Amino acid sequence: MKIAIASGKGGTGKTTIAVNLALSLKDAQLFDCDVEEPNCNLFLGYDLEKVEDVNVPTPVIDKSKCDLCGKCSEFCQFNALAVLPEDVMIFPTLCHGCGGCSIVCPNEAISEVDRKVGVIEGSTNEDLVFYQGLLKIGEPMTSLVIKALQEHIDKNTTAIIDAPPGTACPVIASVKNVDYCILVTESTPFGFHDLKLALDVMRILGIPFGVVINQCDIGDNRVEEYCIEEEIPVLMKIPYDREIARLYSQGIPFVNEMPEWKDRFVRLFRDVTSLYEMRDRTEQ
Amino acid sequence: MKQLTIISGKGGTGKTTIAAAFASLAENAVIADCDVDAADMHLILDPQITETIDFYGLKEASIDDSLCIHCGLCKENCRFDAITDDIRIDSYECEGCGVCAHICPEGAITMVERKAGEAYLSETRFGPMADAKLGVGEEASGKLVAFVRENARDLADRYGKDMIIIDGPPGTGCSVIASIAGVDMVAVITEPSVSGIHDLERVLGVAGHFNIPAVVCINRHDINEENTRVIEDYCRKNGIDVVGKLPFSRIPTEAMIQERTVMEYSGNELSNEFSEKLKEIWGNIMRSLN
Repeated sequence: MKIAIASGKGGTGKTTIAVNLALSLKDAQLFDCDVEEPNCNLFLGYDLEKVEDVNVPTPVIDKSKCDLCGKCSEFCQFNALAVLPEDVMIFPTLCHGCGGCSIVCPNEAISEVDRKVGVIEGSTNEDLVFYQGLLKIGEPMTSLVIKALQEHIDKNTTAIIDAPPGTACPVIASVKNVDYCILVTESTPFGFHDLKLALDVMRILGIPFGVVINQCDIGDNRVEEYCIEEEIPVLMKIPYDREIARLYSQGIPFVNEMPEWKDRFVRLFRDVTSLYEMRDRTEQ
Repeated sequence: MKQLTIISGKGGTGKTTIAAAFASLAENAVIADCDVDAADMHLILDPQITETIDFYGLKEASIDDSLCIHCGLCKENCRFDAITDDIRIDSYECEGCGVCAHICPEGAITMVERKAGEAYLSETRFGPMADAKLGVGEEASGKLVAFVRENARDLADRYGKDMIIIDGPPGTGCSVIASIAGVDMVAVITEPSVSGIHDLERVLGVAGHFNIPAVVCINRHDINEENTRVIEDYCRKNGIDVVGKLPFSRIPTEAMIQERTVMEYSGNELSNEFSEKLKEIWGNIMRSLN
């Protein structure tokens, strides 16, 4: 079963839930899909090894064959090539790697070389199978790194996926094929507003979801009231706790220091599993 | 004209709260909310929208079934797995490159415009504002960010404003790059947690990569004073100004519930102290910027 942890708003506690849930289960896999800012391993402290580079094929021009006809730059939707009177300029970070330029070139002057946009790292020797993606600084191709990372999911075990914040393409790439999504929010107006955006994503993609309300006592009650009204399961409520905040700031998963929470995460997982199975039955 | 972008790397460190406070402190500025897939600034500034503009992102392939002969060439040449086995377009995967339309021997594929969101021009009690809403799951958030910034520049010209305050998105990817490209300075809001520090270093790397001067503000510094010192040391070593520190406080949330900026939410000693600190930070940023 694949479970994603997502949220519209950043900083609501996705990584906290993902790491503590994964550590509370036996034989889970954890994937940090927030490849722009992966934080899970700050809490795990595992020795990671490089698994693979993530590359985008990017054009190079053979100047002896190029007659500056301009068909490549005309075709490129991403403005990654500019044909000047005496030269062709390439802007690698704008290139999506579609290969169109080399197809349209009438002189076979364009070939492609790999441009590294990120790396996949992993650890398989620890209690937990853990993989993360890391987007190269200055690179915009987030979703590609996420897709490469997801190739490592073993479908036969429980996979916990820590998604990036927002509602745009990196979120879709992270949650598209999951069985269930846990949306983490906080009881503030920003948390409430962005939760509703995240719900829209889940509804459009048809992914069953429930909500975890983190810092459930810091603001107002609108999140919980809304969930009750909309019949959205509230899977867990975590009050603001200075001890949890302190452990978080030090990079310590709080289930390790507060073992009573382990049972609550196991229960959360059981609830998610049965909600998912219930939905499966109603669909059949 | 000066442009300042508020970023953080890590989400939830207080970007919008602080950017909204800056909006109320700035004397002659346009506000731009560039966190286009989860924009929250409007919840505080209550903008009156004067203009809504449809945003068209990248084009998308569309297959005419009556012309398609299922030869599979499009699928074979698509590098984004955006064409399914039964030769349909998967909207979420299509990047709009146009290779399929070019390769199709029957001319069955055309590239069509697709509305990917809306941009807004509005008036707030602190001056004009530009923001946007990206359609759910859309690509091209970077392009929409660029569009919001263009709108903000137009507003600045129209109303004779000499500054744009940009509330940026979390992360380090395409929308962050689009939010900081060509600005005069970025203010990075961080917190003294291991995640905050890790993400601060990465996002400062992005600013450095594009040669943009950066200053740092440490929010909730008293959550972990040891880590606060780590951040201060790191910034000193790298020649980056720490423009101020804010304590952990319930004031921002209380102000948010009342749809006010922290500067407008006052009345007790705590909130006054908090506002004073923000004023000082704003003063330091203005000095660095000029």
